[in-house]
Amino acid sequence: MSAMKAKHQRLVLVVLALVAIVGAGLLATYALRNQASYFYLPEQMLADPPAVGQAVRLGGMVEPGSLKTDADGVTLRFNVTGNEDSRVPVRFSGIAPDLFVEGSGVVAEGRLEADGTFVADNLLAKHDENYVPKELEGMSQQQAARMAEDTTVGLE
Amino acid sequence: MIAEFGLAALWLAAALAALQMVAGFLSVRAGEETELAGLIRPAAVVQGVLVSLAFAMLIWLFAVTDLSVKLVAANSHSMKPLVFKIAGAWGNHEGSMLLWVTVMALAGALIALVERRLPERTMQATLAAQGVVSLGFYAFLLFSSNPFERLPTPAAEGMGLNPLLQDLGLAFHPPTLYLGYVGLSVAFSFAVGALLTRQVTPEFSRAMRPWVLGAWIFLTIGITAGSYWAYYELGWGGWWFWDPVENASLMPWLAATALLHSASVLASRDALRVWTIMLGVVAFSMSMVGTFLVRSGILTSVHAFAVDPERGSFILALLAIYIGGALLLFALRASTINEGERFAVASREGALVFNNVMLSAILAIVLLGTLYPLVTEAFDVRVSVGPPYFNPVGAIFTVPMLVVMAIGPLLRWRQDRLDRIRNETALVAALVLAVIVLVSLIAQVSILPLLGLALGIGVGVGSLLPLWGRKLTRVPLATWGMVVAHFGIAVALIGMASESAFSKERLAAVEVGQSTTVGPWTVTLVGVEPVAGPNWTAIEGRMAASYAGGEPTVVDPQARSFWAPPQQTTESALVTRWNGQLYAVIGDRAPDGRWQLRLWWKPFVPLIWLGGLLVALGGMLALIGRVMADLKRREVVHRMASRRAEQEQLA
Repeated sequence: MSAMKAKHQRLVLVVLALVAIVGAGLLATYALRNQASYFYLPEQMLADPPAVGQAVRLGGMVEPGSLKTDADGVTLRFNVTGNEDSRVPVRFSGIAPDLFVEGSGVVAEGRLEADGTFVADNLLAKHDENYVPKELEGMSQQQAARMAEDTTVGLE
Repeated sequence: MIAEFGLAALWLAAALAALQMVAGFLSVRAGEETELAGLIRPAAVVQGVLVSLAFAMLIWLFAVTDLSVKLVAANSHSMKPLVFKIAGAWGNHEGSMLLWVTVMALAGALIALVERRLPERTMQATLAAQGVVSLGFYAFLLFSSNPFERLPTPAAEGMGLNPLLQDLGLAFHPPTLYLGYVGLSVAFSFAVGALLTRQVTPEFSRAMRPWVLGAWIFLTIGITAGSYWAYYELGWGGWWFWDPVENASLMPWLAATALLHSASVLASRDALRVWTIMLGVVAFSMSMVGTFLVRSGILTSVHAFAVDPERGSFILALLAIYIGGALLLFALRASTINEGERFAVASREGALVFNNVMLSAILAIVLLGTLYPLVTEAFDVRVSVGPPYFNPVGAIFTVPMLVVMAIGPLLRWRQDRLDRIRNETALVAALVLAVIVLVSLIAQVSILPLLGLALGIGVGVGSLLPLWGRKLTRVPLATWGMVVAHFGIAVALIGMASESAFSKERLAAVEVGQSTTVGPWTVTLVGVEPVAGPNWTAIEGRMAASYAGGEPTVVDPQARSFWAPPQQTTESALVTRWNGQLYAVIGDRAPDGRWQLRLWWKPFVPLIWLGGLLVALGGMLALIGRVMADLKRREVVHRMASRRAEQEQLA
């Protein structure tokens, strides 16, 4: 046993390493298919909603005039709009991120409730003038224009 | 004039890199002393000087806010404090790439000056490889990211620097990570040089090791500092987000950790030759992948300064050339490397191989999780991958690695018996089990933090056992380094587990004068005032925080608004005690006039960063130990040579 092993030690090591790394790869692929959280635009969420409770992301614009604060002072409610007439109501408890205002782009991480409200655990707003959430690319012309206006504040 | 001078210095340096590459390869090919060979080392040294000059020019342009330079106009502002003007020189894409090549050229100059251990031919190949790598980055800088470009008409005022980046951390964070990345590029050049000249020897490993160690120390510090920055600056109370940019620094660290350990085996035991070379290639690939992810604009984050598809393609092409080329060379040459020394499964080498494989598996998991969203996006499916993936899947490989790490250092080289260390093993196992039982009896803790606490204590004790029964003053510095670094991992692990197991959070809307509680703390909102800084205004919440009814400490978190560029940031306030940290953030004002407060009590959270610093300190001890040993060896060689010369003269 040990003589055979000594003779082929390098081969054994290579095979073991390959098994471990391929195993890690397979495990990762399997887990990714279950654990990745998918991104929805409002119109996609309305047309083909994810399962209630599944972790997903919702991205769009905060509809102007829709931002309300509940009586507890820390729960925000607002609508995220995609193209014109699609809107998803969102509830979020917490401190809204920097630069979260009506009309700005937002990506909400959370899950859809049975009543159609999206409960966000986390809001990602743009960090600075160069930052547009990747997911918001490919929005309508009007929104793209609004976004461009947003992103060029301070430039003459 | 200054800008043109800097640009000229860069072009000259690029020409020298080309010379270094051509002369290097020709000399290696000729296989004998040629006249060209004499040019290689000086080319590397002068290159280092020229690029440092160019970088100094850029800093000067930022310091005086020369608005005729496009980069300054786009990223600076005359009203900014001087320290941020200077740090702003590398707080943007072009400047940070110039910093990268500066560090790289200085590293090249340093090896050219001091490294004399390896056969001259291997050194020529190494420097030639270094020339190839640098040339790619010079091309990138000069053709698609020129930092010295002028504006046709000077701007009236600069556009300012992203306020999130206006923090002292910026002055240190990118240079630290770049030193790490570039150190790995040197390791890569050594590996290519060794492969080309078939010199995969313990000597090669000893020459490469300080660079890997140095890179690893800087990566450790960079990751630790980046994590703390995200913790206090982003105001979400988290310390690691599995953000692609964080992963971009974690992946080279994982590869460097594996490389460090396998290089040790090669240096002291002449085993794992092919594996070490492979890891050298992988580690640098991970630096390149990291640079690609961060700099190509493929990700959106505070790090992706500009979205420019041309740059992305450029880095991707560089990545493909270097990694493809290195792997091809590896495939052609790997079979010619003789198998190294053998060892038994139960031996120090066996344990190190196991940990190497586990580290590689974790690396694969992080890499796949980071790239997966980019791949699916190509098929128009947008996903994000976060903690629900990384934590459990990573743990599958981290847990066995930690188990072996606790007892591996006790094993002897080459061949050992597990029953020789059964007492130590039993001690560690008993501690781990005791912690699991005790903690699950007194608190409801989920499985991963529970394992983290138990293994943290097990590894902590296990890491100190190699010192048991030894005279502490006689323990070599490098061994101290290992002990301290392993202990640091344990400390960080306990901090992470404790943070996720025992954190308390409170979100409340509070009127001035009212109190709220979080964990053992009572926090009273004393007042809210506007304050102003040099380029921002803020509302500042003044709070009195008292721990378990004790004397209150005043904390004042702020919500800042910058005006150039317009943006808001959250400045959290921290109260650190020996047993944890209170983390306070002030938010918006609710329509009824109350203020939003978000408070966390995070027991033992500072241990995370303390552990990271200990790991880096361990690396430094090991590096100092190795370098001193090398200097001593050189001195002995030198003295022997001079004595021999004396004797010859006498004779």
